Order: sequence, then structure tokens, then C-alpha cells
Amino acid sequence: MQISYTKKTLSNGLDVIVHEDHQLPMVAVNIWYHVGSKNERPGRTGFAHLFEHLMFEGSEHHDHGYFPPLQRAGGLLNGSTSVDRTNYWEVVPTGALDLALWMESDRMGYLLPALTDQKFNNQRDVVLNERRQNYENRPYGLAGVAMSAALYPPDHPYHWPTIGSAEDIRAARLEDVREFFQTYYHAGNASLSLAGDIDTAQAFELAEKYFGSLPAGPAVERVRVEARLKESASLVLEDRVELPRLYISWHSPAMFAEDDAELDIVADVLAHGKTSRLYKSLVYERRIATDISAYQLSREMGGMFQVVCTASAGIKLMELNAAILGAIVELANGGPTAAEIERGVAQTEAQFIYRLQTVGGFGGKGDQLNAYNTFAGNPGFFDADRQRYFDVTSRAAAAAVSRWLIDAPSVSLSVVPKGRRDLALPGATEVQVS
Amino acid sequence: MTVDRSRLPIPGEDRPFHFPRIVRRTLANGLELRAVRHRSVPIVSMVLLVPGGSSVDPDAGHGLVSMTAGLLDEGSRGQSALDIAERVARIGGDLDVEVGMDAVAIGLTTLDRFFERGLELLHEIVTAPNLANDDCNRIRNLRLERLAQMKDHAAAIAERAFARVLYGSHPYGHLPLGSELALTAMTVDAVRAMHAALFTPAGATLVIVGDRSEDQLLDHAAALFDPWRAAASTMTIDRAAGLTPPPSTALAALAVIHRPGAAQSELRIGHVCAARSTPDYPNLLVLNAILGGEFVSRLNLNLRESKGYTYGVRTGFNLRRGIGPFVMQTSVGTDVTGPAIHESLAEIRAIADDRPATGDEVAQAFASLSKGYPRGFETAGQVARSVAQLALHNLPDTYFEEFVPRLARVTVDDVSAAARQYLTSAKMSTVIVGDLDKIHGSLAGLGLGPHQVMATEF
Repeated sequence: MQISYTKKTLSNGLDVIVHEDHQLPMVAVNIWYHVGSKNERPGRTGFAHLFEHLMFEGSEHHDHGYFPPLQRAGGLLNGSTSVDRTNYWEVVPTGALDLALWMESDRMGYLLPALTDQKFNNQRDVVLNERRQNYENRPYGLAGVAMSAALYPPDHPYHWPTIGSAEDIRAARLEDVREFFQTYYHAGNASLSLAGDIDTAQAFELAEKYFGSLPAGPAVERVRVEARLKESASLVLEDRVELPRLYISWHSPAMFAEDDAELDIVADVLAHGKTSRLYKSLVYERRIATDISAYQLSREMGGMFQVVCTASAGIKLMELNAAILGAIVELANGGPTAAEIERGVAQTEAQFIYRLQTVGGFGGKGDQLNAYNTFAGNPGFFDADRQRYFDVTSRAAAAAVSRWLIDAPSVSLSVVPKGRRDLALPGATEVQVS
Repeated sequence: MTVDRSRLPIPGEDRPFHFPRIVRRTLANGLELRAVRHRSVPIVSMVLLVPGGSSVDPDAGHGLVSMTAGLLDEGSRGQSALDIAERVARIGGDLDVEVGMDAVAIGLTTLDRFFERGLELLHEIVTAPNLANDDCNRIRNLRLERLAQMKDHAAAIAERAFARVLYGSHPYGHLPLGSELALTAMTVDAVRAMHAALFTPAGATLVIVGDRSEDQLLDHAAALFDPWRAAASTMTIDRAAGLTPPPSTALAALAVIHRPGAAQSELRIGHVCAARSTPDYPNLLVLNAILGGEFVSRLNLNLRESKGYTYGVRTGFNLRRGIGPFVMQTSVGTDVTGPAIHESLAEIRAIADDRPATGDEVAQAFASLSKGYPRGFETAGQVARSVAQLALHNLPDTYFEEFVPRLARVTVDDVSAAARQYLTSAKMSTVIVGDLDKIHGSLAGLGLGPHQVMATEF
């Protein structure tokens, strides 16, 4: 199975990937810039994301906002920023493909002349609202921020959240924006995919027409920072919540690295669905937890394996902690059963097929082609990616658990209702997050 | 090739798109079947729609329909919840039980080669769930804990309060999850009675979408569901309960739920409005797109892009089988709560008064709603849900094809008339979840009268 594609690199270094699918009269335009919050520096955090907002505020030849012409053409559009990359996409009726490419190329080539203090100040306020809405005013909303900060040292680029610190966002200056754009937003640091109702030859012609004359830009030095957690830590955060929740995190393999797929399957065996070991034991049988999840968050420089479990009323997190660690030890000793591996493979197969349903948007085929191109250097990595999961054995999964979750330090974070430190893991150190 | 950057390219003609062809069959037991052939990836998506969602909850049993639907996949035919979950996982299935105010929809998506097993599973959990006392207690406790967690979620608090302020004791006045009091008192006997009364073949619709001939999909469904008979129930439900007219006045014009130290103020503004069956539905879609339904709408451009008060604002005419609400929702900075409410109400008032929709706005809204319309038919799941919506609202099978031509007939005058008829400033209720001590001062100048402090009720 595959997402069929053709790839060419323009003379300015822009990768162009084309996938034909004529089911709908729509084309998905998708562009990845290989820049995320990991390219920021301490004291200047939140910048990559704030910048993403400014990309929708108009460029030199169309200085009126990015949305109106595309929405008028029936397009759907959005963008997002992670630690590793920033993406932008439009899904437009076939007849509006020129329009979408004109607009994307204009903001790649000509953003800065249209950038004003007024736009900048406005979007800074919008982002501060986004931060309050999605982090500060949300139960457990700051747990992720506290966890990253504890898992990585202050100078490591995964130490701070992509949204940034409120203080840094307030201190951001327009000149920082210019420098950021010039460093990262150019053809040589980008990957463009066109997926949907389009002819391949015509797609490359259009890509050349709109993007071919834009400058390559300076070479971008890839950020590579090794991170080691020296010793385990246990933290507690008081929050406006009713039920205490335990987070346990470990450093784990980077995306597509050895043990990455194994730990993905391990996360499913532990906590995906009612038949997973921890759901069955903690939520279904013992009824001491109200929800449980686990995942292997694969990222470019290194991953994070995390288990999250919310206690039922009156249950101390210590009890959950013991059960979770016990299940992990069991997996290290015996590995997943044959039935668990079989189930994991069935679910993985289905998930990969479900991913072929949409051409555009977050997670659509265009987005996947760019993800594989950016992180694996190969847009056709879909099948190899799937094969990694089919190749997982019980023995390899057990070894991965031993290596990453048993023989390595972890950070646990107890989030408890205000004034209920007694529910946290004993001896946890208080953290302040804002 | 050089690019002319002096003007934007003008989009070319739309390519034709063929909307799903729906094939119907009615079984002797009353069950309606719908099949659509969808040539895409080898996936089958099924939805069983049962009319009567949380609006048929008994007065003292808010949450009963949702609880009953939630227990369907917690064991059937004597198998445990774990057995069912294992069977779903083995076919890579995605099982989803959705409870709305008007209907319950049980959806299952699976790989084409597991279609038969998937449909059998769907049939089994709907017609023969265990509804065991122990499972009922377990799910009840999980739901009580979810309710407890929602007490700290500003948006969840606002949703509940807003429904109550607008609808009071009307069937749309409570959310499907129900209340702590009702859930605590709920018995497994009530769940069994509700199951027998609600899950009957007559009135229900099963939609199947996949890359097989419609006849093949229908034959298989017919063979499986033909023997389904309604069970006797000690409970009588009124599936039309939601159609009762809602109260003509809201409980409050300005209500505040005090949340000391809140980082933002969560807002809901609106009033009871119209039913989905209103002939003005297309006019309301266009009106909404202009007012607050899209990024480029008036409210978002004002509150977000001009003032920086919020991360975003949305409006919607949430039209139901009965009279649904118009609602604006947003979350704004604590220090700008008063001005944000003022601006919101002013925009809503203006579009019905001195700043009616312009020809350009109507053209923009029409283009956006019509040209992007085929996007909603990309996946089997999207098609299945759209067809289920037609069944819920008694819309014709030709609805999708007729949608754009009908929308094209909406004029500027239609939109203005709809704004005047369906948006009444004087009737708007505003609900705020925020730090009353900090926003208190800015509320007085709004001209909405004294605010009413509401308790968080769950």
C-alpha cells in the first residue's frame, strides 16, 4: 500500500510532491517549513507560533488578509506549529488552484514588506488569548508545560512549550519577526505538496511558475541537542481540578528510530481501549481510575513516552503509580502476548488505511507526504512506516520497555486539587507554572 | 513563466461533482435502510440513527437516554464489555455512540473485508445489550466523575448554563450527559425500560456506505435486521418532546457564573430561534456565514482581528427538530469582557438593523458555502452521517443536489429579512463564566440591567 506520488526539487531547493486523486473536484495545497519552536532560544519562546499567525495577515501583493479570497473561492485553510515544523494548507476547488499557489508563494516571497506594528501587536494579543483559553483557563492545561520543563534542561529546545511563555510573547519585537522570517521561511527550507484533482505535469508547471523564481534562502542549520535525564524527579502542581491526575514521562526514541514503533505498540497494550492492560485493571476491574492513556510522542530530536491517569474520587495517586509501574515491569519481563500483538497489528493496519481517506487538511494525504519528506527524507515512506509496526515482536517490545522505561529515569507529575497535596505522590516537589 | 502579482488569479469554473446516490429499502418491521456506493478506500461506514435523543429523557431522569446508549457496547448476548471491545479491535473498528438532543446515532467504521462482522456487531449491541446492573454502576460512576471534572471546565459550565437559561425545563434545557442527582438515582430497570422504548426498528434508519453494490449492502442488512422486533417496555416516551414550544422568555438577560481567578471570560450570547424545518434555512446559513460562521465573518474580524479580544468567535443557528437556539460563543480576556459583550451585541443588532448584509457579503458567503460543498462528501463516514441527517429531518434524497441551486436563490433582501426575523436584540441572553469581582464594573454600562449570579449546577 502506498500514497502514489512524484517528487521534484526546484532549483531553489523547494521540494514539490504531487499526488493524483480525482475523487473530488478539489486540490489540497500543503506546505511545510522545517522550523518549529525548537529553533527558538530561551527568552524568545513562542515565536514560531506567533509567526504562523502573521502569515495569515497579508503579504506585499495582497495586503488584505489571507482568508477572504480563498474562502470566497470555496477553500478551507489553516496552519499549525509544533516543536519541529510549521505547516500551512488550503483545500480548494480545482479551479482555484492558481489562486492558492499565488497566495502561498506571495507570503513565502514577499511577507515582510506588508508586516506592520499594528498587525504584529494585534496578533500578539490574539496569541495571548489563545494561551489563556487553551492552557491557563483549562483544567490540567499547564501540566504539559510543567512536564516539558522538567524533562529537558532550560537550554534544550524541547524545554519550553510551542505556545511559548506569556512573558516572552509580550516581549516579542517586530525586528525579531523579520530575522525569523529571513532565517527560516524560504524555498530551501520548505516542502510543497499538491494532492487531489490535478494532473502531475501541470502541477509541476504551476509549482515552477509560482515558486521557481523565489530565492533559495540561507542554509538552515539543523538543531541537534542531546538530552539526558540525569535522575528521576517527582513534582506536584496544584490546579483548579476536581480529580487528581498522574503524569509519568520518560525520554524515548526519536521519530522512526529504533524502538519507536515498539513503544507505540507498548502504549496501545498498556492503555488503548478497554482491553488494554491498565484500562482493564484500573478502570474496569479495580475502579480506582476514571481514565488512562499512554503514548509514544515521536519527535525529531528525541521522543517522550508518557502515561496519564486520572484517579477516581478519594484515590491517592500513589496507588495508580504502583499499578502503572507494575504493568511496565511485567511488559519488560514477558512482553506483549501474541493476542496483544495481533490486535495491535489489526488496529495499526486499519489506522493506516483510514489515513488514506482525505487528500487535505491536518493528517490528509498531502500532509503525510510532506511529513515523510521532511522527517524521513522520503515522501514514499508510508509503506515502510506501516511495515515497522508489522515487524514488532514481543521480544523486541519487551527489550524496548527495559531500555527506555525500566533502566532510565522518569519524571512524574501529580496534578491535584488546590489544597490536596496529600493526594500527590509522597515527597513530590512543588512546581510553579504560568 | 512569470507571475502577474498585480492582481489575484480569478478562479476557473467548478468541475462537476456527483453527489451520493441514495438507494432505499423499508423492512417489514419499519426499519428504514439507506445504502450509498462510495468508491474510495476499502472502508465501510455504518450509522444507525434512532430519533429521540436527550429530549426524551424523563423529567426526573436527565441523562437516561445517554446512559442507555452508553451501555450498548458494555456487553451483549452475555459477552462482557471486554469481549465486545476485543471484537471491535480485531476488525480495526471505530465504534462511536453519539447522543444528541434529537437522536442517538451509533456509528461503526471498519475495513471493507470486515463489513459483515462489523454489521453483526452493530446489530448485536443495539438489539441485545446485556444492560447488567454491575456495568450500569460502573458507567454511572465514570459519568459522575466526568461531571465532576466538567465543573472546572469553563466552556462546559457555559454550555450547561446557557441551555438552562434559554430553555428552563423544556426538553432542550439539559445536556445529554444529565445531572448528578438524576444519575445517582438512575436504576438499571429504568435503563432497560428506556432501551426497549427507544431502540425500536420503526422510526430508526440504518445507513451503510461503502464500495460495494447498494443491493449487496442492503441485502445483507435486511437479512440481519428483519427479525428485529420492538420489545415491550414499561416506559412510554414521546419522540416529539423536543417539538414543544420553548419558553418565550429566558431565565435571565445577563447571567454570571463566578469563577474566582479565571484567566478569561467564557461567553455565550443568544436566544431560542428556529427549527430545522424552517423554509428560511438557506437564508440563515448565509446570514450566519456573514455574521459569525467563518473566519472572515463580521464578529471574528471585529473581536479578533481588529480588537484582539479573543482567539476566535463563532456563531451558529443550532437548528433542531424542535426550536433550536442561535448562539454566539467565544472566550475573551477578563479585562475586556464588558467591551467584548458590547461589540458582540452591537454586531448582532447591526446586521438586523442599520448595517444589513451587503451584496458583496452575500456573494462571498454563497461562494464559500457552495464551492466548498463537495468537500463534505469525501469519506464514507462523512457521507453516512450526511445521509443520516436527511433521515432525521425528513429531507428528500435529492437534497444534496438541490442544495447549491437553492442557496443560489438567496438574495440580499432574504438575508436582511432573516436577520430581522430571527435575531432579536431585546431577547438576547448573555451568559458569562468568569471572575465576577474583576468584570463587575464593566457590566453595568452594557445596558442589560442587573446581572444575575448563577450557581454552577451539575
